[in-house]
Amino acid sequence: MDFRLSDNQVALADGIRSMVTGRLPLDHLRANEGAEMAIGAEDWRLLADTGVFALSLPEPEGVGLGLADAVVVFEELGRALVPGPLVGTYLAASAQLVEGAADGQAAVGVHGTGGGPILVEHLASLDALLVLSGSVGDSTARLIAPAPSATDGRRMAAPLCPFTPLWHLDSLPAGEPLPDLGGRLWRDGALLTAALQVGHAGSALDLAVAYAKERHQFGQPIGGFQAVKHICADMLVRYEVARAAVHAAACLVDQPGVAAHEAESTGRSPDDVVARAVLGAKVLADEAALVNARAGIQVHGGMGFTWEVPLHLHLKRARVLTTTFGTPAQLSLVLGAPPDPHPATGGIRHA
Amino acid sequence: MDLRYSAAEERFRDELRAWLVTTLPTLGAAPPADDWPARRAFDSRWQRLLFDAGYAGVDWPAEGGGRGASPVEQLIFKEECERAGAPYVGVNFVGLLHAGPTIIAEGTAAQKERYLPAILRGDDVWCQGFSEPDAGSDLASLRTRATRDGDEYVVTGSKIWTSHAEVADHCEMLVRTGEEGRRGITWLIVPMDSAGIEIRPLRTIAGSAEFAELFLDEVRVPVANRVGGENDGWRVTMVTLSFERGTAFVGDLLESMRLLDAVHSLARRLGLLDDAGLQRRLGHLTAAFDALWALTKRNVSEAAETGVPGIGGSVFKLSYSEQAQALSDLAMEVLDRGALCADPLLGPDGVELGNDEQLHTWFKSISLTIAAGTSQVQRNIVAERILGLPKVR
Repeated sequence: MDFRLSDNQVALADGIRSMVTGRLPLDHLRANEGAEMAIGAEDWRLLADTGVFALSLPEPEGVGLGLADAVVVFEELGRALVPGPLVGTYLAASAQLVEGAADGQAAVGVHGTGGGPILVEHLASLDALLVLSGSVGDSTARLIAPAPSATDGRRMAAPLCPFTPLWHLDSLPAGEPLPDLGGRLWRDGALLTAALQVGHAGSALDLAVAYAKERHQFGQPIGGFQAVKHICADMLVRYEVARAAVHAAACLVDQPGVAAHEAESTGRSPDDVVARAVLGAKVLADEAALVNARAGIQVHGGMGFTWEVPLHLHLKRARVLTTTFGTPAQLSLVLGAPPDPHPATGGIRHA
Repeated sequence: MDLRYSAAEERFRDELRAWLVTTLPTLGAAPPADDWPARRAFDSRWQRLLFDAGYAGVDWPAEGGGRGASPVEQLIFKEECERAGAPYVGVNFVGLLHAGPTIIAEGTAAQKERYLPAILRGDDVWCQGFSEPDAGSDLASLRTRATRDGDEYVVTGSKIWTSHAEVADHCEMLVRTGEEGRRGITWLIVPMDSAGIEIRPLRTIAGSAEFAELFLDEVRVPVANRVGGENDGWRVTMVTLSFERGTAFVGDLLESMRLLDAVHSLARRLGLLDDAGLQRRLGHLTAAFDALWALTKRNVSEAAETGVPGIGGSVFKLSYSEQAQALSDLAMEVLDRGALCADPLLGPDGVELGNDEQLHTWFKSISLTIAAGTSQVQRNIVAERILGLPKVR
């Protein structure tokens, strides 16, 4: 057992980070704030050429890696605020559902049939739309290809996130059912979304710590005050705990023997072990992203409330991602569902 | 990232599991919680069984007489012991987890020979005299003074939070031999039967007397009992911390996970899961404890490679202590008025509630954000040593 990132995973993260820093820096991405297309076609192909969508496709078409590698990559994408239908395109590419998804010729959105109005993200960019209903374990999937046209819906003039253009549709076409794929697509999609959230949580932490070191008030860096220091410490705890949860869930998917082993010693099914890990990871990652973005704004004081400081972009994106694949409230309700009947003995005697 | 255990690690687990299955039934029932002499006898018997089977000091290096197990094997050891219901490290936790490792790292050959085998065999019990009434989080301000008199130190002062003092043979004690602050502290082994030591039990909010205060009035301690140099005691103490391999809270964590299952079952039994709010809190705790188990594996893996658990220790403790409190508070709510006494009660279905044990767990949970570094001190450590924030106040 070695749960550290492997050398290859560290190199993968570094590679994505330097690619993004060099080619997709925030100033460049911010040129598309509020645009109908959150990311240009050329940048999208750059992501594809880097292997982002074909990571888990077997070679030679893809890179032949696992979900644990993909979450490492998606954490970096979240950290750098890279926009676009990343999760849907990855899912479509890895299940070979849409031609061109792996090499950046096609973009695929993902839409969950949860509560609230039908608001489809990035519709003008989409070649196809994956629709997932239900939750992990009982999810059904269908594919709408081609995607509805942007003119089939009404573009929202005031979306919460400047990088997430939204279209309101009255209804969605039925599309093609994807039998047997629902569970896998939901599971992988939820986990990659959680990985993006971990990236947002980590970036908010880095921004807060950097500012706390450089900003002086009362004759000292504000990071010297325990009231500020403790906010930052709690941000790190949230980030590390959520990150460990996401990584462990991805390993359970990639290494089925571990889930089987865990199932054996706890009397649950392997599928249940994986499902619980994925749900828990999404809950903690959502919360880490939302709470850390808020905490980062607080550490920045008035500057944190400005458009210029990118913390609001992390907060808004985290808010969007929280509503895909289930909110923490919905998912923790599933996690807390009554356990299988236990023999009625012992009360909470646990030793 | 690989969660799979190697064949050698699985073999270690299988052998341990088989040994626990055959050995635990021979141990007999645990004594009452407040019968300290009986608890010492029980824990010493368990330690002797571990010793005879080669599991004593599983986390000690081989040169100290321990098993020299890898951090991953230490994790497996604690996991299997907890799952099998084996006793915890018990009344000699100071000897096994702190004093022993300190002597391995810093003791003389004579000290190693005198003290280490006795700890591993279960013969000697140690207690700790570090904290003082006026030196808690600021330990380096301690004032218990040791004055050199020939071949002896003469020690006068007081210590607090000394666990199991009444049944201990030796005390690892920090004393002031020089200037104020960290550079005037010395590490001494004080025999607990020395003249001039008074032990006063300290009653906790749980009503128990696990802790004591020590009053030292001109206690004479041989200079040969000094570990490390005079005034070098702070460094000696810190060296021991490097023995931590990220497994310090494995037993507590797994116990909390079992408690969560039990609370979940009880809530269902009592028909309380109609309450979506309660159900969400249970679900959230499930996510949190699973994540802490993952973080434990991360820290242990880090320790296996680098020798120290990386950023893990303080991060883990901050999160775990608060989640354990949230869980224990929830258990109290589920018990409702059944949580108002520690006398065993039955639920409306005539089956026991387990309220007696839960009261103890609840009190213990309150100490988790205080003991071994308060959460406030832990946050300073995380902010300064990991995040690099400045040390001004």
